[in-house]
Amino acid sequence: MALSQADVLAGIKEIVEEVAGIPAASIELDKNFTDDLEVDSLSMVEVVVACEERFGVKIPDEKVTELATVGDAVNFIVNAAA
Amino acid sequence: MSQRRVVVTGLGATTPLGADVDTTWKALLAGQSGVRLLTEDWRELLPVHFAARVATEPADQMERVEMRRLDRSEQFALIASREAWKDAGSPDDIDKERLGVVVASGIGGVITLLDQFVNLNEKGARGVSPHTVPMLMPNGPAANVGLELQAKAGVHTPVSACASGAEAIGYAYEMIKNNRADIIVTGGVEAAIHQLPMAGFASMKALSTRNDNPAAASRPYDVDRDGFVLGEGGGILILEEYESAKARGAKIYCEVGGQGLTSDGYHIAAPDPEGSGVQRAIKFALANSGLSTKDIVHLNAHATSTPAGDVAEANALRKALGKDADHVAVSATKSMTGHLLGGAGAIESVFIVKALQERLAPPTINIENLDPAVTVDVVRDTPRALPAGDIAALNDSFGFGGHNVVLAFKSL
Repeated sequence: MALSQADVLAGIKEIVEEVAGIPAASIELDKNFTDDLEVDSLSMVEVVVACEERFGVKIPDEKVTELATVGDAVNFIVNAAA
Repeated sequence: MSQRRVVVTGLGATTPLGADVDTTWKALLAGQSGVRLLTEDWRELLPVHFAARVATEPADQMERVEMRRLDRSEQFALIASREAWKDAGSPDDIDKERLGVVVASGIGGVITLLDQFVNLNEKGARGVSPHTVPMLMPNGPAANVGLELQAKAGVHTPVSACASGAEAIGYAYEMIKNNRADIIVTGGVEAAIHQLPMAGFASMKALSTRNDNPAAASRPYDVDRDGFVLGEGGGILILEEYESAKARGAKIYCEVGGQGLTSDGYHIAAPDPEGSGVQRAIKFALANSGLSTKDIVHLNAHATSTPAGDVAEANALRKALGKDADHVAVSATKSMTGHLLGGAGAIESVFIVKALQERLAPPTINIENLDPAVTVDVVRDTPRALPAGDIAALNDSFGFGGHNVVLAFKSL
């Protein structure tokens, strides 16, 4: 099932707020998970697993390190679901 | 170099009687019970349907996002530590390399362990939280407190079952005494109200099964006592080197005189009926504190409300204190808080510090018929005034495995 970029971004905002307590309003495509949002490595695992469940995609561990920004994650998920 | 002395400059607690020290202490003096029926369906699996949950849930005292990566025992440790640190005047500008943490737990993050095992079975390995290990490790409570305060002198977690909290305080005392640190956040916590640990204790016949009257179930020294009541929560003390505490103008509650540590070498769970290990621990605590039996006016007993343990302890106290036991007001506060396992020795030390401060020994409730085998002077039903002048008090704690810890506190 195709997912829109807007849908995935909205979902990631909810997940990151739930897991790391970052207000959804401050989560944008160009934000870096580590440097801007201060999502640590353990919380990043939670974010990834929650995204997999929510969007029905697989995010291999070797890909996770390439997902530096929210936009990287949105693009990966949109492509994986296409 | 002159002998370094150790004083108490801050207190914190979250207990079945209250969300902080003041609320807990008031309820304790009023003789209230913190024991209640469990509301969870799983209680029907067990012969015991009650426990002493904390009076205030951590969710009412912490942010949700912070809570979700902390085991319940770690939440208790942070809540009580924050209160104690504030009570000590929030000495944030001290040298962090002279700040330590010694916080114990008897079992560690057992609820996390069991919950994540359910996740593993239901969702597979991907469903197990990445926070599982930091949440279940028994040093987790100490580590989280240490992180928050940036303590760099050392973070430690002694484990000796139900003596753990007292052993932690003794360890902290030694760290300051031996010049490893000037200030230590110390105590103990436990969060084990869950069907599995409760089933384990019930299987040992260690728990009271007085389901028709939970508030009367914890009854140390009563002839009809039938086991302990599991409690949860924790207590934290700020210990500080006397001269540096004075120099920063800290409020000083009392002095930690010293400790006595022994082991029974007798049985994994049963108390040595001769109580020689307990007697030796009391003697060592007195000797290390420069005290004699005459100086002791109050004792917070381990007294968990088990048929064998209470009498074994009372006999040992009588033998160790001799005739001077006649002027020792013995309080069994587990009658109100339940048994906090690794948190017990810590909250009971908090109670001793308050008792010395207010010159008031808390009561023991639920003694309808005092066991005639108990030959110590038990404070029953209402608080008892303690004498003016220089006084001292003892806290004794014992743990499965035959661990005996006695702490001595002196008025200043």
